[in-house]
Amino acid sequence: MLIILRNIGKYMIMLRIVFSRPEKWSVFRVRLFEEIQRIGINSIPIVGVMSVFMGGVIALQTASNMDSPLLPEYTIGFITRSSTILEFSPTIMSLILAGKVGSNVASEIGTMKTTEQIDALEIMGVNSLTHLVLPKILGSVFFFPVLIIFSIGLSLVGGWLSLVMSGLASTETYILGIRSWFEFGDIVYALTKGVVFAFLIVSIASFYGYYSKGGAIDVGKSATKAVVTSSIAILIANFFLTQMILL
Amino acid sequence: MITVEGINKTFGDNHVLHDITTTFEKGKVNLIIGQSGQGKSVLTKCVVGLHDPDTGSVIYNGRNFTEMDRKEKVSVRKEIGMLFQGSALFDSMTVEDNVMFPLTMFTNMTKKEKLDRVNFCLDRVNLNETNALFPAECSGGMQKRIAIARAISMKPKYLFCDEPNSGLDPKTAIIIDNLIREITYEYDITTVVITHDMNSVIEIGDTILFIHNGRNWWEGDRTSIIKTDNPEILDFVYASDFMKEIRASMRASRS
Repeated sequence: MLIILRNIGKYMIMLRIVFSRPEKWSVFRVRLFEEIQRIGINSIPIVGVMSVFMGGVIALQTASNMDSPLLPEYTIGFITRSSTILEFSPTIMSLILAGKVGSNVASEIGTMKTTEQIDALEIMGVNSLTHLVLPKILGSVFFFPVLIIFSIGLSLVGGWLSLVMSGLASTETYILGIRSWFEFGDIVYALTKGVVFAFLIVSIASFYGYYSKGGAIDVGKSATKAVVTSSIAILIANFFLTQMILL
Repeated sequence: MITVEGINKTFGDNHVLHDITTTFEKGKVNLIIGQSGQGKSVLTKCVVGLHDPDTGSVIYNGRNFTEMDRKEKVSVRKEIGMLFQGSALFDSMTVEDNVMFPLTMFTNMTKKEKLDRVNFCLDRVNLNETNALFPAECSGGMQKRIAIARAISMKPKYLFCDEPNSGLDPKTAIIIDNLIREITYEYDITTVVITHDMNSVIEIGDTILFIHNGRNWWEGDRTSIIKTDNPEILDFVYASDFMKEIRASMRASRS
């Protein structure tokens, strides 16, 4: 318990240093676009593939469980849309990205730490946390909402393809279901979750990377801890965000 | 000149540095030697501010570094160049970008001015036409020289080298030693080198600080270290049986 509290304190102190003024804005701008490319744009393929197939599975499972004749067929589209926007695209995608992005960030910063590259930055007079971590946090916070919108769109396409190809529903009823009882607040909820989860994934991964010690095995352990901790943090934050925004 | 006054440093129950006082002189290669685990690297990290000493102070030309806030320390650090044991080059950047990095961060030089400075520094360490290579494509000796080029790119007043010869063959080690000595004299800077290498001690050690059990055990120069009878230094300098035999034969021929 004491270790957890100490780590939370250390994490907060790290965040305070991370959000300092960058040494040079022109360098920071370049770093920010680099991180948007590495964290965000490079994640588009995995998000795309996962979204299409998960959307398809949600639609098929919903259709296969619709035994009652009292339920209209367009309910399939409605449930697919609701599950995708409320939970699948923001939360499940973030859990998947916690694995991809979290391990990448922790191992990159951890390797820089153990090979003294971070010490080299500090000796030069560069605030290593602001230089390395701030562009990653901002890049992911800016780009995760884009990934979530992209994921929502492709999930709905995946659902439509699976239903039409299997003949379980027509295009018209699926679209009718998607449009039924639509609330824009659900999109805001999904994007808010994306921003919070992006912050948690990258800041927690950076924390474990930055404070890793030793060699390759320790960097590997840090990457694992980063993925596990950020996944748990996402689930806890998901619970509280749902309480605060939806209820 | 760097003055170190009464530095103590502990990690938990481990008291690593005991009341170290010394001076690193300008225009000279100042060596810190001693066996592994005696506190040489910790002392250097306290001097450059990577560790905060528990007590004592580090004074850079009259400026008390240990009492400075982060912003003031940054201004002193811009005057420091450091060569790390593993070179610590940024592996995602080319050689050119590595050497140019401090210039990009801290100067308003134009791209051409920066490139000229990078080429000058690379030329100074005899590494022309390596600009486009990545550190992973360079040998250990080349990486050390690139790190030296990066360290001198901002025209530092102080140069720190942490075991610059580790992992290098004897011939390349001598090239690195000579380069460090030449740069020290050429730019009249204060150079501090941590080393285990007795070749370096004899070749470039203008002043030598021997650390033993975290204490300033002995100070002198390359002539006096050969003549000393201090048992801990003898144990360090003549560590192998071969060296002990040489020492015995030298004494016999003298008597």
